[in-house]
Amino acid sequence: MPALAEMIARGRLIEAHRPCPRIAVEEDLWRAFASMLAEGRATLLGLWGEAGAVHMGLLDEAESAACIVTRPCPEGHFPSVGRAHPPAIRLERTIRDLFGLEPRGLPDPRPWLDHGRWGLRHPLAIHPAPVSAPEPYPFLTSEGEGLHQIPVGPVHAGVIEPGHFRFTANGEAIVRLEERLGYAHKGVDSLTTGAPIERAARLAGRMSGDSTVAYALAFARAVEAALAIEIPPRAIWLRALMAELERLANHFGDIGAICNDVAFALMHAHCGVLRERVLRAAAASFGHRLMMDCIVPGGVGVDLAEGAAAPVRELLDVARGAFPALIELYDNTASLQDRTVGAGVLSMALARQYGCGGFIGRASGRNFDARRNLPYPPYDALAFEVPALSDGDVNARVWIRIREVEQSLSLVEQILDAMPEGPISVPLPANKSGEGMALVEGFRGDVLASVRLDAAGRVACSRLRDPSWFQWPLLEAAIEGNIVADFPLCNKSFNCSYSGHDL
Amino acid sequence: MRKILLESLLKGPLAEPSPGAEDPELLAFAAQVASAARAKLGRSLSIREIDAGSCNGCELEINALGNAFYDLERFGLRFVASPRHADILLVTGPVTKNMGEALLRTYQATPAPKWVVAAGACALDGGLFAGSYACLGGVAAAIPVDLYIPGCPPTPTALLEGLLALMG
Ligand code: SF4
Repeated sequence: MPALAEMIARGRLIEAHRPCPRIAVEEDLWRAFASMLAEGRATLLGLWGEAGAVHMGLLDEAESAACIVTRPCPEGHFPSVGRAHPPAIRLERTIRDLFGLEPRGLPDPRPWLDHGRWGLRHPLAIHPAPVSAPEPYPFLTSEGEGLHQIPVGPVHAGVIEPGHFRFTANGEAIVRLEERLGYAHKGVDSLTTGAPIERAARLAGRMSGDSTVAYALAFARAVEAALAIEIPPRAIWLRALMAELERLANHFGDIGAICNDVAFALMHAHCGVLRERVLRAAAASFGHRLMMDCIVPGGVGVDLAEGAAAPVRELLDVARGAFPALIELYDNTASLQDRTVGAGVLSMALARQYGCGGFIGRASGRNFDARRNLPYPPYDALAFEVPALSDGDVNARVWIRIREVEQSLSLVEQILDAMPEGPISVPLPANKSGEGMALVEGFRGDVLASVRLDAAGRVACSRLRDPSWFQWPLLEAAIEGNIVADFPLCNKSFNCSYSGHDL
Repeated sequence: MRKILLESLLKGPLAEPSPGAEDPELLAFAAQVASAARAKLGRSLSIREIDAGSCNGCELEINALGNAFYDLERFGLRFVASPRHADILLVTGPVTKNMGEALLRTYQATPAPKWVVAAGACALDGGLFAGSYACLGGVAAAIPVDLYIPGCPPTPTALLEGLLALMG
């Protein structure tokens, strides 16, 4: 069985791409890469289109090697990867919706992000087509005695993002969940195409607001790879500080919110306080609670002023003082554990097959973290552990978050202690073309950014792949056999992004 | 658990004083709503939040209103699950075309008198997403808007100021 490196050697290397290779391939080699995925010899990192071509990102986890494979499709079609490898199905439906390229052999003929309301079809194709009235969306059928359907959304009961869930239940037990997403589709790819780098970076930071730092970092790193520039050490360390603060804020929020979904308000209140303290420390240090637009291609936009690290140090003290009692509270409250243990189990096999990242993957035995597996600075100089469990239930996903909070607190301290002095950004070279890719570990999992810059230094093609692409489908599997009333709990324990997924 | 409860009791609440509104636009709006709302609804308003395709940044800050520092409910404001129970629709996002109908139907399901608050740069005019084939470009493109709260995302304090203006 040829390894990824051997397979790469068979394609036509595209020199401009950094840091991993990108190759253009013929149809048979494209199929061979698809078989690698289907046989579990590589992990799908992403699959996206542009007018006239499709690109597939692959990862060899054992070798820590990644590559991008491009199949030009002048005839408007390409062999479906999803036919043999289900994690690609929704990505291919999206390519068809946006670019009008046909994944030949794709088992699901239905649209995905296109709800028939854009006023045109294939908005990113060279020649978009007009559209008539929206067509009804055929949900998958479930047949059997006593089954009933419960439609939920896109407007939900809580303050959450829009999406539609179609449950088929037998009494209380969920027989099938089918998701329908795309309600938050804003057309980001069309807005970034042809945009100046600075505008595209701001858009990247708004793919999913809870991961604004991770997205801005991924985009910036991809641009810097494309332009082959190095950024100052201080910028690298400031970025990591922001990334860990973002992780802390989200994990605190999630741990509280999961407990709240089983009506344990005390945890929610206390975790909410910790989350708020992180955001206030971020605002005091970087001027924005979510740190939006603080990372820019070339470095960071705001420096940590003299003394501005004090709120972060204070946060460390407060969190270290308060969090252990909350862990104990979670661990010792039987009524809470009764709901989280054994609920929404995701198998390791599925987590691996889908290349499912973040706490979802790590709670189901897929021990992958881009900070360690494909290390980028400064993480290669920091000491941290990547917690992993194999139970795959809600409880395991809570515990991974708890352990990651502890790791991030330690990382923040290490980063503050080692923070180098110096400039915080470098100017980007004007009118330089290039191609770059970056994989960054956000709180939810690995965010992929792929960017091509044209000779005028504008974004010719950019794609940001949210970790949720490989997590949403698994929620459908994990929920099977659970009771309808446990869906909010399981959903929150996954906490997938709607906006990040919907593009 | 008892220890945590006891400590919280002894330490006293974290809730901060209400932010006063100084913005003239807010004050004018307050005066207008106050007479209508106070007569019909008393000193309590129910809010139905609708994400019309936001990046979820706005939702994070709206959710923060419930934490111990802002403690929204002490002002008589609360989030409700159904538009049929709502006095106020709090809408975020550039209004994606895929959410247009859902937003309109939620608005129609809300009994009068009702007010629409658009929160965030996107809700004003589409923000960074303005001009996309997939967005209507702001809440006013779909339903009438009474108050706009700026920010990307608006801070919880800004949201609180805006919502408190509704209370007169
Ligand atoms: S206003 Fe800003 S935070 Fe709110 S949805 Fe728009 S981009 Fe996101």
